[in-house]
Amino acid sequence: MLKEKYGTEIAEILSHYPVKRSALIPLLYLAQQDEGYVSEAAMKEIAQMLRLTPPQVYETATFYTMLNLKPVGKFHLQICKSLMCALVGSDTVIGWVKTKLGIKPGETTADGLFTLSAVECLAACGTAPMMQVNEDYYERLTEEKFDRILADLKKDGTCSLKTGPFMWPEARSAKEK
Amino acid sequence: MSKHEPVLLKNMLQPGYTGSLQDYERAGGYQALRKVVGKMPPAEVTTTVMKSGLRGRGGAGFPTGVKWGFLPKDYQGPRYLCCNADESEPGTFKDRQLIERDPHQILEGILLACYAIGAESAYIYIRGEFVLGARILEAAIAEARTAGYVGANILGTGITANVWVHRGAGAYICGEETALLESLEGKRGLPRVKPPFPATHGLYNKPTVVNNVETLANLPHIISRGPEWFASIGSPPKSTGTRIFCVSGHVKRPGNYEVPMGVTFRELIYEEAGGMRSDKPLKAFIPGGASAPFLTPDSLDVKLDFESVAAAGSMLGSGGVTVMEEGTDMVWAALRLMEFFYHESCGKCSPCREGSSWLVQTMRRIVAKRGRMEDLETLVDLCKNIAGRTVCAFGDAEISPIMSTLKHWRPEYVMLIHEAEAANLINLKRTVARP
Repeated sequence: MLKEKYGTEIAEILSHYPVKRSALIPLLYLAQQDEGYVSEAAMKEIAQMLRLTPPQVYETATFYTMLNLKPVGKFHLQICKSLMCALVGSDTVIGWVKTKLGIKPGETTADGLFTLSAVECLAACGTAPMMQVNEDYYERLTEEKFDRILADLKKDGTCSLKTGPFMWPEARSAKEK
Repeated sequence: MSKHEPVLLKNMLQPGYTGSLQDYERAGGYQALRKVVGKMPPAEVTTTVMKSGLRGRGGAGFPTGVKWGFLPKDYQGPRYLCCNADESEPGTFKDRQLIERDPHQILEGILLACYAIGAESAYIYIRGEFVLGARILEAAIAEARTAGYVGANILGTGITANVWVHRGAGAYICGEETALLESLEGKRGLPRVKPPFPATHGLYNKPTVVNNVETLANLPHIISRGPEWFASIGSPPKSTGTRIFCVSGHVKRPGNYEVPMGVTFRELIYEEAGGMRSDKPLKAFIPGGASAPFLTPDSLDVKLDFESVAAAGSMLGSGGVTVMEEGTDMVWAALRLMEFFYHESCGKCSPCREGSSWLVQTMRRIVAKRGRMEDLETLVDLCKNIAGRTVCAFGDAEISPIMSTLKHWRPEYVMLIHEAEAANLINLKRTVARP
């Protein structure tokens, strides 16, 4: 039960809004953080907490792409395929996943580690091609970097190649100066 | 280095600048807030912003001070400020940099806007994918709260200004101001029919102002350096100040460049962003994010201001400039953007919901070399039936890539269809020849 487990966090979230329903997306995120996805039981509990009907929670949850209504792999590889990334090679990145992990967009590896999604713009067009893995951005991907990311995630559950804060401005090369 | 003086990106260009409260204050931060809170009447802050000529940096370009002025003056209940940080327009990535590298600059802008409009609560609606950005903003708010800039009795004046971060959950439409408000209220992010406008019926049906991150980040500078200084930069009288343009695609140095409004695309692409990444010439560019119609190299000397880009047949929009080199398949490029719009149509209005599906199916057929010549008429017909017939501007946005590529590169569509027809003819001959 979310309320028993996250009582303090829930009270803090609710304190931000004069109308309870505004806490809906933050609470759905909390449920997703807890179970890896938003379960039906969690939606019912949230409905009760916010004095909404379960369909009101469900209709909101189904609108937003970041709320997973079924489990995803431990690492959710979201590769941006919008035009700006596509111009500099995002299709190639998706191809790497297919080759290296044997999965297509929408699929999860048999070991449950990786899920691949081809997604629309993630606001990293200047540092494309890029992907988001769970909460982290990986930008200016090359095949070498991509291999290391996969290996590190498998081994350590994280990778130092993740980017941020925003990598610009950066020093220009001596030649350009 | 750029020959133009940066304003919004200035702090982060300093070596070692971390964006912390200490760094921001050392760079002169929060002096604008100290200058006005409890000392300058709120109406004067609004007048100052009006005088500066600042126009919204989110896409529509509406004058900021005028927008604030629409709030009812005699309304006694709560008012709200919403910072639109739902940056999701393909080609645009400026707000992310401002948030992650200099969050206090935005926060000071939010507090100034709150003071001007009399709002005691502000929400930063940040796109859900910006997890790092949300954390950075939350940390900045906590620092500012400790320093007395945020919360009850700010700077000992008895004025309350609370700021909360609210994460979206991956819906592009939530960047539209009324959809943002719906989403903030815990509903599907469907745009509202206007009027009434948020100025009178906004968040929780209360007077509300929705301003973009970059718009708000400009406020401390306008207050500190004066509206005349701001109004003298750029392309006065209608396009004042600097603007951050996001350059992506086939250039040597993709990234964010802050330049005065009114420089030309040639300067932005060839001087700031280093020119084309290969030796191939420029074929096309999008001047203002995915919603803006494509332009050809003939428009390279167009000035980057609202009026000049509109006169050239496009719009400045969110400031996302995407550059394409010779050899780029323009039908494919239009399809890629159409797939984005199809995916992100919220579904409220039939012309957009159904039309985007038909458009993407027809475009996919043409790109797959299974198109027919009448498909081109179908595309134009569909576009005409979507434009202007939806609650928000999304419908008009989704037709831009197709209509503009059809206008400038129609032969590429025709060539794909001819190839499809030739293939069909060969198949037909094979069928007939078969005994």
